[in-house]
Amino acid sequence: MASGTLTSTEYIRHHLSNATFGRHADGSWGMARSAEEAKEMGFMAVHVDSMFWSIFLAAVFLFFFTRVAKNISAGVPGKMQNFVEWIVEFVDDSVQDSFTGKNKLVGPLALTVFAWVLLMNAMDLVPVDLIPWLFDKAGIASFQKVVPSTDPNVTFAMALSIFALVLFYSVKNKGFGGFAGELTLHPFEAKNIFVKVLLIPINFFLEFVSLISKPISLALRLFGNMYAGEMIFILIALMLTAGPVIGVFGGGLQLIWAIFHILIVILQAFIFMTLTVVYLEMAHQTDH
Amino acid sequence: MNINLTLLLEMIVFAIFVWFTMKFVWGPIVGVLDERKATIADGLAASEKGLKDQEMAKELAKQKVKEAKLEAAEIIAQAKSRDTQMVEEAKGKAVEEADRIIAGAQAEIDQEVNRAKDSLRTQVSELAVAGASKILGKEVDASAHKTALKDLIAQI
Repeated sequence: MASGTLTSTEYIRHHLSNATFGRHADGSWGMARSAEEAKEMGFMAVHVDSMFWSIFLAAVFLFFFTRVAKNISAGVPGKMQNFVEWIVEFVDDSVQDSFTGKNKLVGPLALTVFAWVLLMNAMDLVPVDLIPWLFDKAGIASFQKVVPSTDPNVTFAMALSIFALVLFYSVKNKGFGGFAGELTLHPFEAKNIFVKVLLIPINFFLEFVSLISKPISLALRLFGNMYAGEMIFILIALMLTAGPVIGVFGGGLQLIWAIFHILIVILQAFIFMTLTVVYLEMAHQTDH
Repeated sequence: MNINLTLLLEMIVFAIFVWFTMKFVWGPIVGVLDERKATIADGLAASEKGLKDQEMAKELAKQKVKEAKLEAAEIIAQAKSRDTQMVEEAKGKAVEEADRIIAGAQAEIDQEVNRAKDSLRTQVSELAVAGASKILGKEVDASAHKTALKDLIAQI
């Protein structure tokens, strides 16, 4: 805990608030000092911690992978190269399993999504208080949410980017008419032209909901899983302050939850990647 | 839980991240993986081809050995027949030579006999004339009794 005087509610709140930089109500720019202040900033605000950790993790990934890619050879691979190749091959296989079209973007996109989500989720396994405590010791008094995937801004940023690609490729591959037809002439079909026109609004409503639900479910699934996981870590961490017996019990729970969370971390990254590929595959299918 | 500018910034970060991965990570690594796959496939194909070639070479060698054996047998048979032929030829030649030598010798002998006969004839006529003159006590004219002497010589 940052300080012993915090109540449980304050503690949880502290951990679930982002370090927000934005415009205060009085017009000056600066860091938000409370959750309420952050909320008041509205849209013109940036979550500094989400930005920092997500870019930092992307940089870590790119540092290792480009270093290997630069010195890569088709001969006998070294340990590092082997590891990198293993991950790339795993992603490539997953892509080839579900993506049948020809698109040079899908492979690297899937790898980026998988690696980034995995690394961001893995930040969950860092003890909840460690990094805020280090920041506190370093004299930077601010909120710190170190798991970027518990910030809906991050998950929605990815999901909406992928959705934009889905829309782009849908129109590109099916034509505007084809895509519109897909949205309006299914699932209810009719031979009679009058009935067909009558069915368009119904079909459009159904198809539009299913289309829109793709990015939303993609983003919220990851956000929800990681947010809930982080919340449980915080609750368990609270037990550590409630006396030695419950504290030890809480330590055991922490370990069990962390081990279980390894599965969720990898699974969510894999699901996000697979769904990305599947959505793009659907955008490339011309025979519907 | 607030949706704000972070969303747009993260989208930009995501786009740059994807572009970077595509250009500097995915391209080279997948290229090398494909290259290695191709190398392995080539190696496997080459080994298979090598095995096939070996099999073919074995077959070819077997055939060649068979042919060589046949040829050798033929050559031996030929040599054998030539051998007997040569012996026969040599025998024939030897017999011929022997006959020729014998014939030569016979001719020489005949010639010698004739010569001896001739000289004997002249000596006999001389002896007959000498004997007759001794018996008769006077010289006998050999030319006068030419015919008689000729008969005598012819009898010998």
